[in-house]
Amino acid sequence: MSETVTTTDLLSVRHLSLSFGSVRALQDVSLGLRAGEITAIVGDNGAGKSTLVRCVAGVHQPDEGEIVFDGAPVHFTRPDQARRAGIETVHQNLALVEDLTVWQNLFLNREVTGGFGPFTYLRKRRMRQDAQEMVSALAVNVPAVTSTVRRLSGGQRQAVAICRAAGFSSKLVIMDEPTAALGVQETAKVEDLILRLRDEGHAVFLISHNFDQVMRLSDQVWVMRAGRCVAGRRTADTNAQEIVGLITGAIAG
Amino acid sequence: MSTTTASPGTWVAARLRNPSFWVEWAAVIGLVVLAVVFTALDGSFLSSGNIRAMLLASAILTILAVGQAFVILTAGIDLSIASVMTFSAVMFGLAMTHGWPLPLACVVALLAGGAFGTINGTLVAKGRITDFIVTLGALSAASGLALILADGKPITVINATLFKLSSGGVGVVPYTFMIAVVVAVVAHVVLFMTPFGTHVLAAGGSVEAAEATGVKVDRIKIAVYLIAGALAGLASILLVARVGSAEPAANTTFLLNSVAAVVLGGVSLFGGKGSIRGPVFGALLLTALANGLTLLGVSQFYQPLAVGIVVVSAAFLTRFEK
Repeated sequence: MSETVTTTDLLSVRHLSLSFGSVRALQDVSLGLRAGEITAIVGDNGAGKSTLVRCVAGVHQPDEGEIVFDGAPVHFTRPDQARRAGIETVHQNLALVEDLTVWQNLFLNREVTGGFGPFTYLRKRRMRQDAQEMVSALAVNVPAVTSTVRRLSGGQRQAVAICRAAGFSSKLVIMDEPTAALGVQETAKVEDLILRLRDEGHAVFLISHNFDQVMRLSDQVWVMRAGRCVAGRRTADTNAQEIVGLITGAIAG
Repeated sequence: MSTTTASPGTWVAARLRNPSFWVEWAAVIGLVVLAVVFTALDGSFLSSGNIRAMLLASAILTILAVGQAFVILTAGIDLSIASVMTFSAVMFGLAMTHGWPLPLACVVALLAGGAFGTINGTLVAKGRITDFIVTLGALSAASGLALILADGKPITVINATLFKLSSGGVGVVPYTFMIAVVVAVVAHVVLFMTPFGTHVLAAGGSVEAAEATGVKVDRIKIAVYLIAGALAGLASILLVARVGSAEPAANTTFLLNSVAAVVLGGVSLFGGKGSIRGPVFGALLLTALANGLTLLGVSQFYQPLAVGIVVVSAAFLTRFEK
């Protein structure tokens, strides 16, 4: 590998393996990503990209190997533990509740409350204000934080999901195919948003099938094939042809 | 969003064209329509005596409907709610006949209902069995237990306080209806002003989204069935107070009407969307319907038919919402 795992990484994954029954989804995967960078992970369908990020996000627990985040080994058993550590995920299905409002979704399971014990109540006005700030800080084109998600377009929903991941001082934002379901204009807006996240100091871990997008946005690319991480390149030192070759196996990692 | 700049007239027109408006307000509108029709046919419908009778009759159904609403908001259903009420009533009756003080007997009723609800919720959430089957089983089990414990016979409960509870009131408002209103207000506050309430709506709206944000969906499910069970326990006390005895008879009408009230109240059967106000008005509507038909001298046999038609019509309305 031209780029090896270093100790200064924000996240490093070391020798990760995970099997589902007889299917070896991940085999000895090692990679890292740096703070303030967009790190892309590419590979064919079933190469193990989603499984890998799900391990990092606390959805799956690896059979073997180690995940080091922010200098310390972590063992998440539930997604909210990863969330609390500062790892946010924008899921492919966005994980938004359609009949709740934008602000309710932004603060879902992180509600601002007053009172104590059985007299805990929601501080709705405060959350609405904060939600408005979160949305306008990212200059997101969302009609109003009081409208329900059901009324939003695909791009607006994606923006709300990204907004939720970017808020609450997260250090790492994982994005699984953020523009797969979007049109050209909406894709451009979401890409802007991803770049802005990086400029604000978030590390971004991006799964994408769109090579142009990967070349445009990322600083570092990792390539997965059949459950293994076969190569890593600085985006500046490679090109789309080489990446495609690495994915298909035409170029050995 | 554009409605803010439109004139009030077009705003109203827009509201009226929006099917959500009709779903949300179906129960209230239906209640007003019923009141107008029945008053036109029989002037005594809106007499203070009859209003009092209706409020008295609606208290138990209102409490059950609130419990049922919590379960349906999580996209579940509690078919055992009326049988659990019967079981709780028998437990309450037994406690009273064994000379336990009234407050303790009330606690027994609440615990009996709550315990059944917790079992339901645990089987649905942890056992991964369909809510329909779990609560259908609980319906049978609770009725059976009630029959076994009461040996198939009604348990007469004579208590001055209970009598006062079922017959007294302030003006036209009976005490039992006040209890129902307090339950509804507390339920509304819990649903819309606490994190728990938001999580109930989230778990009902999208299990994946709720779990992805760390909401413990299993606990929410258990909690809503516990609420439904405990409210069935509370309703059982009012039932025993009204009837004067704890009868191990099945109360299938209460089950059907509790679901009907929730549907009439605009709560989505797919979960995640609805109110407490809606089911409360749904319960009032169903009570007014039965009362009005009786007042007009229509045979009791026609009431289930009328309820059936009204409920299916309300469910039909929700079809247009999307």
